[in-house]
Amino acid sequence: MIRQEEARAELEYRLAGFGERRKMLVIVSLFVLLLLTIGIALVMGAYDIGIRDVYHVLLVHLNPAWDSANLNNLYNTVVWDIRLPRIILSVAVGIALAIAGGVFQGCFRNPLVEPYILGVSSGAAFGAALAIVFPAFLFSLQVSAFVFGTIAVFAAYLLARVRGETPIVTLILAGVIVGSIFAALVSILKYVAADAALREIVFWLMGGFYYASWKDVTTIVPIIAGCFFLLWFLSWKLNILSMGDEESRTLGVNPERYKIILIIVSTLITAISVSAVGIIAWVGLMMPHAARMLLGPDHRFMLPAAAIMGGIYMVICDTLARTVTSAEIPVGIITSILGAPYLIYLLRSKGKTVFQG
Amino acid sequence: MLDVENLHYSYGNGSPILSGVSFGVSRGKLCGLFGPNGSGKTTLFKCCLKFLRYPQGRVLMDGKDVKRKSVKDMARLVSYVPQDHKPPFPYLVKDVVLMGRTPHLQGILGISRYHKQKALDALNLVGILHIADKPYSQLSGGQRQLVLIARAVAQETPLLFLDEPTSALDFSNQVKVWNILRMIADKGTTIVACTHDPNHVLWFCDDVVVMGNQNLIAQGPPREVLSDSILDRIYADVCSVRDLQQTKMVLPRDVVNSNHNGGNNGSDVIKIIRGAG
Repeated sequence: MIRQEEARAELEYRLAGFGERRKMLVIVSLFVLLLLTIGIALVMGAYDIGIRDVYHVLLVHLNPAWDSANLNNLYNTVVWDIRLPRIILSVAVGIALAIAGGVFQGCFRNPLVEPYILGVSSGAAFGAALAIVFPAFLFSLQVSAFVFGTIAVFAAYLLARVRGETPIVTLILAGVIVGSIFAALVSILKYVAADAALREIVFWLMGGFYYASWKDVTTIVPIIAGCFFLLWFLSWKLNILSMGDEESRTLGVNPERYKIILIIVSTLITAISVSAVGIIAWVGLMMPHAARMLLGPDHRFMLPAAAIMGGIYMVICDTLARTVTSAEIPVGIITSILGAPYLIYLLRSKGKTVFQG
Repeated sequence: MLDVENLHYSYGNGSPILSGVSFGVSRGKLCGLFGPNGSGKTTLFKCCLKFLRYPQGRVLMDGKDVKRKSVKDMARLVSYVPQDHKPPFPYLVKDVVLMGRTPHLQGILGISRYHKQKALDALNLVGILHIADKPYSQLSGGQRQLVLIARAVAQETPLLFLDEPTSALDFSNQVKVWNILRMIADKGTTIVACTHDPNHVLWFCDDVVVMGNQNLIAQGPPREVLSDSILDRIYADVCSVRDLQQTKMVLPRDVVNSNHNGGNNGSDVIKIIRGAG
């Protein structure tokens, strides 16, 4: 009897922490890994610069007390103006796509949902293609992509809304419908586009970070960072939402209201990423999966882990894209080539546990 | 504790499901909502929990109309154990139970030790502390039902609704769930459970509300309400109620007629129950 009491006390003691310290430790380790990846990616590149020179440039810029006059101009341009903004941008886009994927999966209660399911990508692609074909007509490619990505989501959402409710199946179907409409519109634009514009549309759609600059970083990174923290703060509510509409209602979380907030914010960061670098597939599907396998499904830990892993993954893919061959490979191709086998592996080996919950 | 007054509801095609339903449940009672399939039990439930908007009637909880209560206020007043449950993600049992604390949470990310302790207490009360670390989705149906009951306990609401809590369980788990509900009700929580097993109502409930087609047929203590005449009205001559030492049991009339020609009622039935239990 006493032994039973002791066992119970020990069990309670062990459970009381709910394993949160271990999970935080994993997230911190992942963050360190991200920094390491960035450090390595900075050294790699088509133009060969020694490690010491790379970090010399970096330190001079990070430390205002150091004199930047005696910097090698070429090294400065390559490391500070080309590689660093590109790496930062790829981390931000990886974070955005991974966390948007995680949030969509939670909201739709389906671990196979992608950020593109609501037609964001097709809408954004149409907006960008429109800006490329009619440059005088619209202010900028990014803004146009974002506007049409958002229009696509709202169209899907309104299409799916029946008597004040939005059943998930209807929503996904509506997303497919809206996506195919915008894909058809993109085809029309390709058909009427002049040769140069056509080439640009095709290249942009394949996805890549070639044009990354500090201007992109300063506009995109703050938005993604803000959205990331907003989504993270709502992550416990996302846990509740993933149990279903009726249950989340009885647990005190208004499903309609919070799903709208979560979906709009996720759509915003997806559209921002797509408008910046084109369509990059699979990240939003793979990273939440991997994070869930590592830390379990609790979104409070899963979302930041997925975000950091998305950043790491995107830096690696982009580094491969710019170093594997002498010419650039669009990073969207690399993520798809790496991503599709991952999904096949998930389906074949963990199909039952992962896909049936 | 719960008062439903003159509730009306009809689905889109205009055919009424509920027409003028009224009943009340007083504090600390375990009330069975009993009726055949399609009698509107679940619809009545969903109206009370505000999943469905009813055009006419009132639902009072703790004396207050729930019509204008916010989702969060409702969640502090009434908890709900749903019928079948397919979780998309393999949350651990302790996390599922911790979700019951949501309406009481204040902070943004961290959940304080106090709430975790409440979740563990709920697990302990229901007697499933030993499975706290298991993935909820890998449990058997009976265990899952207990986890959801523990979550409702952790929610600490004065009212608890259960939708067919035992319909998918084997006999021993059915008895276990009802005994736990009995215990929770005895601690002061008002429980409304819908069920289609008349014997469960007879054995475990303080009160019964019998739903017929669109309407209430009877309400009161189960042993008085569940009579041959009431059962005949909803089941059209298939069962009989028999006395059995301290309790009663509903039996199919065919069985009664073939086994009890001589009239030695009771002893055979007790054998049947011992065998099954």
